Amino acid sequence: METAENTFQTDRKALAERLKAILPAHCLLVDDEDLRPYECDGLTAYRELPLAVCLPESEAQVVDILWTCHQLGVPVVARGAGTGLSGGAMPHAQGVVLSMARFNRILRVDRLARLAVVQPGVRNLAVSEAAAPYGLYYAPDPSSQIACTLGGNVAENSGGVHCLKYGLTVHNILRIRVVSIEGEVFEIGSEAPDAPGYDLLALLIGSEGMLGVVTEVTVKLVPKPALAQVVMASFDQVGKAGEAVAAIIAAGIIPAGLEMMDKPATAAVEPYVKAGYDLAAAAILLCESDGTPEEVAEEISRVTAVLTAAGARDIRVSQSEAERLRFWAGRKAAFPAVGRITPDYYCMDGTIPRKRLAEMLAAIAAMEKKYNLRCANVFHAGDGNLHPLIMYDAAKPGEWTRAEAFGAEILELSVRLGGSITGEHGVGIEKINQMCVQYKTRELEVFHRIKAAFDERGLLNPGKAVPSLHRCAEYGQMHVHHGELKFPELERF
Amino acid sequence: MRLSDLVAEMIEAAANNEPLRIRAGGSKDFYGGMLAGKLLDVSAHRGIVAYEPTELYVTARCGTPLVEIEAALAECGQMLAFEPPHFGRATLGGCVAAGLAGPRRQQAGGVRDFVLGVKLVDGRGLVHDFGGQVMKNVAGYDVSRLLAGSLGTLGVLAEVTLKVLPRPRAEQTLRFDLDEGAALALLNEWGGQPLPVSASFWSAGQLWLRLSGAQAAVASAVVRLADQFGGQTVDGEKHWISVREQTHPAFAGTSLWRLALPTTTPALGLDGLGAIEWGGGLRWYAGDSVPAALMRERAQQAGGHAVLYRAPESLRCLEGAFAPLAPPLLALHRRLKKSFDPQGILNPGRLYAEF
Repeated sequence: METAENTFQTDRKALAERLKAILPAHCLLVDDEDLRPYECDGLTAYRELPLAVCLPESEAQVVDILWTCHQLGVPVVARGAGTGLSGGAMPHAQGVVLSMARFNRILRVDRLARLAVVQPGVRNLAVSEAAAPYGLYYAPDPSSQIACTLGGNVAENSGGVHCLKYGLTVHNILRIRVVSIEGEVFEIGSEAPDAPGYDLLALLIGSEGMLGVVTEVTVKLVPKPALAQVVMASFDQVGKAGEAVAAIIAAGIIPAGLEMMDKPATAAVEPYVKAGYDLAAAAILLCESDGTPEEVAEEISRVTAVLTAAGARDIRVSQSEAERLRFWAGRKAAFPAVGRITPDYYCMDGTIPRKRLAEMLAAIAAMEKKYNLRCANVFHAGDGNLHPLIMYDAAKPGEWTRAEAFGAEILELSVRLGGSITGEHGVGIEKINQMCVQYKTRELEVFHRIKAAFDERGLLNPGKAVPSLHRCAEYGQMHVHHGELKFPELERF
Repeated sequence: MRLSDLVAEMIEAAANNEPLRIRAGGSKDFYGGMLAGKLLDVSAHRGIVAYEPTELYVTARCGTPLVEIEAALAECGQMLAFEPPHFGRATLGGCVAAGLAGPRRQQAGGVRDFVLGVKLVDGRGLVHDFGGQVMKNVAGYDVSRLLAGSLGTLGVLAEVTLKVLPRPRAEQTLRFDLDEGAALALLNEWGGQPLPVSASFWSAGQLWLRLSGAQAAVASAVVRLADQFGGQTVDGEKHWISVREQTHPAFAGTSLWRLALPTTTPALGLDGLGAIEWGGGLRWYAGDSVPAALMRERAQQAGGHAVLYRAPESLRCLEGAFAPLAPPLLALHRRLKKSFDPQGILNPGRLYAEF
C-alpha cells in the first residue's frame, strides 16, 4: 500500500547533528530510553518510537527546527501534554516529536478586555485559575483539563461538559500565532472581531497538527456565573431519558451541562465516588443550570417540571456546592472508575442526533453480545456526543482486535444515524479508516489540497487525520456496504 | 432550480473559463470589492430542507430568504442568534457568504459560530458535503466555518445547516446619557460581569443596552443598571431593528467605514464617528472626512482592522474594501482559493483584488 506515512527515510545521525546545532543539550532527546515516554499519547494501544524529541524554549528554536526538518524532509509531530485519545500525537518512526511543554507561561491576563494570552504548553485549568481573581474563566473544560494544554486543545478543537451553552475551543479562541513547516511565522485572528479574509482560525483549530505549529494563543474569558446548581434525574428506561433531553431543549432551555450515564456506567462509578446515584435506574441525567441566583432558580424549576413530565422516577436538586460537585464527581470519574473494573478500556467519541440515542444504545447492547465485550456509556447528551467505554483485556489474545472492531462499528453507525465519527477527540491515527466512511473521495481530496496549501511536502503529522485515497480504497474493499464499493474509481492493490 | 442545474451552470462556466458573479437576493451588492463576471442567479434554489427544533438545527438552500427561515424558527420559539441583517431581501447563502452578524453578536457569537455544515459547489462544479447537523464534529478540517465570510470566492453554498437557539424568555432595553469614553468604559466593565447584555449601541451621546435571558435575570439587571447608572427603560424593538438593518441615521453617508477593534480601544478621536456596537468592538465612521489610509492605519495600530463598508464602487475598487493581508497570509489565501477554484472564476475580486 502506498501511503504518505511510509515514504520517509531519515538519516538519523545527520538529523541529530542538525538538531544539536539548534538546541542546547537539555532540549533534545535522541536516546531510545529517553524517547520511550513519548511513544504514545492517551491512546496507548498505538505506539511508535520517534528518532528525536525536541523540547524548544523559544519561538526562534521552533522556527529553526521546522525549517531544518523541511529542508531534510523529516516528519514532525507536535505534542502538548500527550493526553489526546485518538493517537494524534503518536510519533512518526522516521520523524521528530516537537514537544511544546516548555512553552508554559501565561503572558497576559486582561481583566477589562476579558482575554488571556498564553503559550501553547499552558494547562487548560491554569488559564481559569489565573483568571479567577477577576471573576473570569476559560469556558471549554475537557475532562483532562488539569493536564491537557491549550496547544493540544487548539489542535483537537476540544470540548467538555459545557459545550452546548459555551461552545467548543473554536468558539473561544481569538487569535493564534503559528509557525509554518517552512519556518514562516504568521498570526491568525485578532483581539478584534471578524479578522479580514478567510476564517483561517476555524481551519487551524481542530486541524490536529497537520497545518502548522502554534506558539501563542489568545483565549476569550467569560464572567464566572454567580451560581451553579445541578438536577439529577433517574429513569427506568434509556429511551425515556433520551426523550427528556429533547423535551428540555424543546422547552427553550439551554442548560450549562446536560449529561447522561447508563446503568453499567453508574454501577462502575458509584462504589468509587459515592455520588449517590440511583443504581436501579436504567439511566441518569445530570442537568446543570448556571447564572445569577434568580436565573438559576427559574431554570431549575422549569427543568424539574420538564423532567417530571418526561417520566423521571427520581429527581434531586443539589442543595449546596459540595453536593453539586459530588453529583458531578461520578460523571467526571467515569473513565478512571471503569478503569478499575477492567484491565483496559477503549473510549469512543461518536456524535449522533439526540433523537437517535435509544437506537444507538440498543445497537451497542447487541454489539456487546456480538463481540463478547462489556461496554459502559457516558454521554454529553446535550450535544449528542457519546463516549462508549469498551472494556477489554489487552493480555487476552484477540480481545483488543475485538474491541477495535466493536469501536469501528459504533463509529460507522454514528455516521449512518446522521452523526460524526468524532465529536471532540479527533481522528488521529485511531479513526483514520472511519474517515473513509464519513467522507466521499472528493471531500477527502479537498482536505488533501488544503493540507498541501499549508504543507506541500506533507511533513506535519503524516498519516493522521485525513486518510490517503488508497487507504480508503483498501478499507472500502474490506467493508463493502450493500454491495457498493465506496471508492469505485480507484485502482485496487 | 435544482442542485443539478446549479452544477451544470458551474461546469459550463468552468469549461468556458467564464467568471461568475454569484447572487441571490442581491441585498449585499454594496459590500466587498468589485462585482465582476456573468450573473449566476441562485435565488431560485430555495426552500427549507430540514428543521428540527429539538436537535437545534435548520438546513436550507442558498436562495431561501432569511425572513422565511426566521418565520419558521419563530413558530417554535427559536431564532438565528447572530441576528443577521436582512437589508430587504437577504438570503441564507448571502448571509453566510458575507458573514455579517447583527447586534446580538457580542453575546451569541458571529455567523461562523453557528455554521454546522455546508453543501458546496466548487469552481469545478463538484458538490461537497462538509460538516453536518450535529453540534460537535471534529472529523476533517472545519471547511464549513472557513466558508463563512468567504464572499462566494470558494464556491456556491448550495445548502447550509445552522445551529439555532431558543428565543430569550425576556428582553428589555435601557437608554443612558453618556459620552463616548464613559460608554466604552462601562461597556467593558459590564462585559466582565455576569449581566445578560445581548446588544449595545452608542450614538450621539446616548447608549442603548439590550438585556435578554431569563425573566428574573433581566428584571434584576434592569433594576441594578437603572439605579446605579441612571438607565431609562425604553421600548427598544424598533430601535434594534434600525441598528440591525442600518436604517438608523448614524449609518448615513456616502462612505461608511466599519472598524473592528479590541473592545477596550480608547476613543480614536477621528472625525465622523457614527456609532459604536458590540461592547466597543465595532465602530462606524460615516462621511468622507477621514482619508482611507488614516482609517486603516489607526485601526491596525489599535490591533483591529478597517473595512470600507459602504462606498461608491469606484472608491472600493481603488482602496480595497478589506484591510490588506500580511504577505504569508495572502499567499495562503491564494493557495486555498486555487484549491477550491483552480481557474479563479468565482466572484473574482470580490474579497481581494489579488484573487
